[in-house]
Amino acid sequence: MIREKLNYVVSRNTAISTAAVWLGVAAAVVVVAFPWLPYFGTPAFMHWAVEVMCYLILAQMWNLLAGYAGLMSVGMQAFVGVGGYSVFIFAQHLGVNPFLSIPIAGATAALAAALTSPLVFRMRGGYFAIGTWVLAEVFRIGFSNVSALGGGSGQSLTVMTRIDRGAREIAIYLIAATTLIVASVGINLLLRSRFGLGLTALRDSEAAAESQGVDVRLLKLQVYTLSSLGAGLVGAIYYTSILRISPFAAFDLNWVVAATFIVVIGGIGSVEGPIVGAAIFFGLRSLLADYGTWYWLVMGAVAVIVIMFAPTGVWGYVRARWDIQLLPLQRRLVLKGMTKAGAAAATPAPATVR
Amino acid sequence: MFEAADTIIQGLLLGGLYALFAIGLSITYGVMRLVNIAHGDFLVLAAYLALWPVMNLHMNPFVAILPVVVLMFCLGYTLQRVILNRTMGANFLAPMLATFGISIILRNGLQQIYHSDSRSFDIGTLGTDSIHLGPRIAIGEFPLLVFVVSVILTLATSLLFSRTRIGIALRATSDDAQTAGLMGIRAKRTYAIALGLSLALVAVGGVFAGIRTTFTPESGPASLLYAFEAVVIGGMGSFWGTFAGAVILGVAQGAGAKIGAGFGILTGHLVFLAVLALKPTGLFERSR
Repeated sequence: MIREKLNYVVSRNTAISTAAVWLGVAAAVVVVAFPWLPYFGTPAFMHWAVEVMCYLILAQMWNLLAGYAGLMSVGMQAFVGVGGYSVFIFAQHLGVNPFLSIPIAGATAALAAALTSPLVFRMRGGYFAIGTWVLAEVFRIGFSNVSALGGGSGQSLTVMTRIDRGAREIAIYLIAATTLIVASVGINLLLRSRFGLGLTALRDSEAAAESQGVDVRLLKLQVYTLSSLGAGLVGAIYYTSILRISPFAAFDLNWVVAATFIVVIGGIGSVEGPIVGAAIFFGLRSLLADYGTWYWLVMGAVAVIVIMFAPTGVWGYVRARWDIQLLPLQRRLVLKGMTKAGAAAATPAPATVR
Repeated sequence: MFEAADTIIQGLLLGGLYALFAIGLSITYGVMRLVNIAHGDFLVLAAYLALWPVMNLHMNPFVAILPVVVLMFCLGYTLQRVILNRTMGANFLAPMLATFGISIILRNGLQQIYHSDSRSFDIGTLGTDSIHLGPRIAIGEFPLLVFVVSVILTLATSLLFSRTRIGIALRATSDDAQTAGLMGIRAKRTYAIALGLSLALVAVGGVFAGIRTTFTPESGPASLLYAFEAVVIGGMGSFWGTFAGAVILGVAQGAGAKIGAGFGILTGHLVFLAVLALKPTGLFERSR
């Protein structure tokens, strides 16, 4: 039909996504500036914000695993715990600077994941999910039996008392904010790269990805290690912030339950999903704060309903309904010199490369 | 020498209980590749369901098992029809995530109603009586009863799958749901029966576990992990494999507990990981 020279560009960005990037930059600036703002600078708010950011980072990591690599983990708390305990080992027992201990702890968690991966990677699908949980239990029982680390009752990060409380809170807040921003931007850039293309192929069909030359095993191992690094950082940041750790809290299943629900409700397999999910998660939590276990009951019910009726989550529903992409990963063909309607008609389904 | 024999016998008997936990999990995985994360929470639910007639009607716990088993079958059937069948597809993730949600609902629901107090069933002297086999070896009458019931139910499940029409439908759907559909077997109904059977069996395990030790709303995850480990150690393909896996896990936990308090469960986990490292398809795997 179009006989003249084809005049097109392959584009990823849309007007909305460009706006979203600037909005994201603005949000990042505001987040980093929070400690110096009058109302938000209170210790209570800062503590809450660190917790929200930790859960959001963990949700992004869980999503990277389940949403892209097809690896559902019920054992992510293993690396939250290893990260948390590593800070206590390095800062409290080996005299390393507590803040420097946080990245070291993340690396330790990643190392623990890589070393134990040959074992859990012998399982697939549902077996992998529960197998990682067994591993987390082994870590929990293991740490409970180290008396130097306080055994079953845990211990406090007393070295932190040497640092002024206000400075400490701001520092931990900024570390959490930086980690969140680096993780979010990093995941988005990663998914846009060759690596991400392999991952999306893997998400859609493992067999097809393999036949196209994607090294599925290596890719899975890389994603598993990377997400464990993130989980380790979450544990390191969170337990440095609350100054106390115990095996039951650090290796608590609730870490992964929260991350799973945030991703499932927000939208699995999309970068925006966990952000939407975290907003719903913490919104519901503040609404139901006085009702204890009811909160988890409602979260569980919402998750089941979403899985049944909107498997791509709230964000997936919004995206399908209005074709909005804030952080688009897919490429679109944009024909120059055509009306918008014409371009839409000439463009193959936008879902070609998602 | 006597001590070693005693450890093995006690572990064997504990394994009988774990087999009751595990066979249900083996059924749902075998028939529809579903790893039911809520399996352990259903086990605890069954114990609490039995608690009601025992407390209020002074029913014998052994009698209470019967209505609870029927109730749990109906619950499994309904849950599969209403919730899980909608999520079943090419991807294992959606149904598994749904069971994760159900698990959290059950655990917190029970927590809301019964709080964290630990409960137990009292069966009088049967719970403490034992048969003496030698100077230092004694077998508890109740653990022996559990073991015998476990063997009978494993046999019954095996026969159900190999000899009956329902069993043929379950196996055919497991092999190829689409082709089975062409032969007039409705996959969705078969899946519902599978989850019903799974929960009926775990209900027996739940009440027995409640007689043997105590339970709280938080007991579910540990039971799920024991059931899972037994299934993986045993390997897929036969219920006797699962039974053997459960016995190995029981003996491992019993032997570990001899090393020191708190090492029993860890030893069980380590044996599971060792089997995974050496023979990831399980010790008694049999392809159908």
